[in-house]
Amino acid sequence: MSDPAPVFADLIGQETVIDQLQRAVEASAGQVAGRGSGGMTHAWLFTGPPGSGRSLAARAFAAALLCDRGGCRECPSCRQLAAGTHADLLLVRPDGLSYGVRQTRDLVLKAAAAPVSGRWRIVLFEDADRSTEQAANALLKAIEEPAPRTVWLLCAPYADDLPTTIRSRCRLVTLMTPRTSAVTAVLEREGVPAERARTAALAAQGHIGRARRLATDEEAARRRAEVLRVPVHIGTLGQAFKAAAALVKAADAEAAATTEQLDEPEREALRRAFGEGSTGKGVAAALRGGAGALRDLEDRQKSRATRLKRDSLDRALLDLAGYYRDVLAIQLGASVELANEARDAELRQLAAASAPAGTVRRIEAIMRCRQRLAANAAPLLAVEELTLALAAK
Amino acid sequence: MASSAQRPGPAVTLAGPPAPVTVIVGEEELLVERAVSAAVALAAAAGAAALAEDGGTGADVHDVAAAGLTVGELSGLTAPSLFGGGSVVVVRSAQDAAKDLSAALVRLASSPVPEVFLVVTHAGGAKNKALLADLLKAGARRVDCPSIKRFSDRMDFLHGEFRLYGRKADDAGLRALLDAVGTDLRDLAAACSQLSADTTGVVSHALVARYYQGRAEATGFSVADRACEGNLAGALEQLRWALATGTSPVLISSALAQGLRTLGLVGSVGRGLSPNALAAELGMPSWRIDKARQQLSGWTSAGLAKAHAAVAEADVQVKGEGASAGYALERAIAVIVACRAGR
Repeated sequence: MSDPAPVFADLIGQETVIDQLQRAVEASAGQVAGRGSGGMTHAWLFTGPPGSGRSLAARAFAAALLCDRGGCRECPSCRQLAAGTHADLLLVRPDGLSYGVRQTRDLVLKAAAAPVSGRWRIVLFEDADRSTEQAANALLKAIEEPAPRTVWLLCAPYADDLPTTIRSRCRLVTLMTPRTSAVTAVLEREGVPAERARTAALAAQGHIGRARRLATDEEAARRRAEVLRVPVHIGTLGQAFKAAAALVKAADAEAAATTEQLDEPEREALRRAFGEGSTGKGVAAALRGGAGALRDLEDRQKSRATRLKRDSLDRALLDLAGYYRDVLAIQLGASVELANEARDAELRQLAAASAPAGTVRRIEAIMRCRQRLAANAAPLLAVEELTLALAAK
Repeated sequence: MASSAQRPGPAVTLAGPPAPVTVIVGEEELLVERAVSAAVALAAAAGAAALAEDGGTGADVHDVAAAGLTVGELSGLTAPSLFGGGSVVVVRSAQDAAKDLSAALVRLASSPVPEVFLVVTHAGGAKNKALLADLLKAGARRVDCPSIKRFSDRMDFLHGEFRLYGRKADDAGLRALLDAVGTDLRDLAAACSQLSADTTGVVSHALVARYYQGRAEATGFSVADRACEGNLAGALEQLRWALATGTSPVLISSALAQGLRTLGLVGSVGRGLSPNALAAELGMPSWRIDKARQQLSGWTSAGLAKAHAAVAEADVQVKGEGASAGYALERAIAVIVACRAGR
């Protein structure tokens, strides 16, 4: 077994996975050269908790498969892959609420083409759990009868998120939650001061991207602090209602900040594509024809905005869950790293003032709220129910 | 039922000889429909009279929408017939007409084709306002069908309706009818026709109450109000009416949530503040605060929280987690009323 290829260096605390992928890359090189085919397969499912680097691992694997030297990070193929312009990589990143069957059928068709580079044609499907049931079935057809040189890399938080039929045809790659020390080290290497890196790493609970954001983005850190004020500031019913309204409003604002930057330029570009601003015969008719496409775009944008709102709320809820987990750890005397070390005094006060059963009930309320939001509940109503449950004695 | 299904009932009659071009301006669908029928009837009668000497059969009536209509089709419809006999062309929603069609309509208005009558409807808004102005300038006859939005307008409309059937109605009766049937003009017109056919004497409050027992204009908010007041039977009755008249279950669950939210917010402030000051602070109208203060008796914090949880549960049930939205809402209402009693 040789040393891991340079392309795997970004995977933090995932030695077992790197080992597994490395062996597959070596086997694939043999297959490309026309020798035996053991060790490589056509469908892979990357699972692991959010932030453990599923898509990062899948990308590194793709780079290694497409590179003549097994992932050198320097050849044109590796550079193209890093830039997202490699002709043999189809990157699917659903940004709406779900990924539909029509899109999937298109994808299956494109995936069946022969590789340009002569090695592999790779489909990297991030958040494959967002595909609808029909879409998953369409995907199944392609994975069941693979084109000889097509490799599917699916990413999902848990294997259970995909139908059994798909799961059983994929080789599973299970990423672990990286240790706090590993995340801290990465942040420090990127130039974040040690103390800050540790606070962010603890707060993010193994989610590298989130840790990076908390360490470098003042706004994200401020928002988290705001969310964590909720448990101590919901004494009365009125306060609980107000806290819920504030949480939802903050999530809306965060989503709006992102969508504002994206929406108008997209609409502008589409209108231009249908001839706005140009002159000549038929321009008016072409513009009228664009109205439908514009409506489609607006629908997609709306779906994306909803998802951003939900994601933002979900982050807040996870922060809250981490907070109560700390309270529970103190109450039960468990010796684990606290996610909110800096709030030790506050946590201990809350731990003394309530019973473990109450804390468990509160954590359950948070998880129930997350489920309800995913089931399209009215955000304000669901979050109010949560803050009321948190406030209840 | 005495009233015929297709015709929206009697009403507008246009007097005088038919104009070659009639423009009907307004958005009130029922009235526009009636004005169109009147204009068509008038034109057809004139056409028939002119034709009687030739032994013709009467005018052809064409009814087309302006959106998608081409100039070619329009000139086809308005061309004189080889066999004589005029035609009536109704062009609906002229605000959607394309530029060239608008021009063609104006041309027709300024130089009418003999024995062809054009009836154009226009929503009257800002869209394609130029067409409306040009048609009128070219000598079209204008018929206005303003929307009926105010209470007094509705009362006038109802008075007019009953008058057409030769009936009298008192104000109390009409108010009860508005409460019972709602504000949709078609529904109101149908109700007038039915009441006139089925009853005798003055249309009074007692008569309307007997006819529309228990059904007020049920909305999510009326359901929420009854539930917050602890009126289980009333709330369930309103819920059934609201669902039966097509109110979306989602709106009802959000109205329930809003009712409890208002109670929670208002209840936690205390009665010291004036409604107006509180209204500014909570961002809601002061009448809602007054109402919430009346509803607050009987509620405790714990009860409110429990009731709210039931509504949150109903909300996901309504959104597809449960099999029956009606059941989920009924259950939520039952829990709300039970929580109010403080149990």
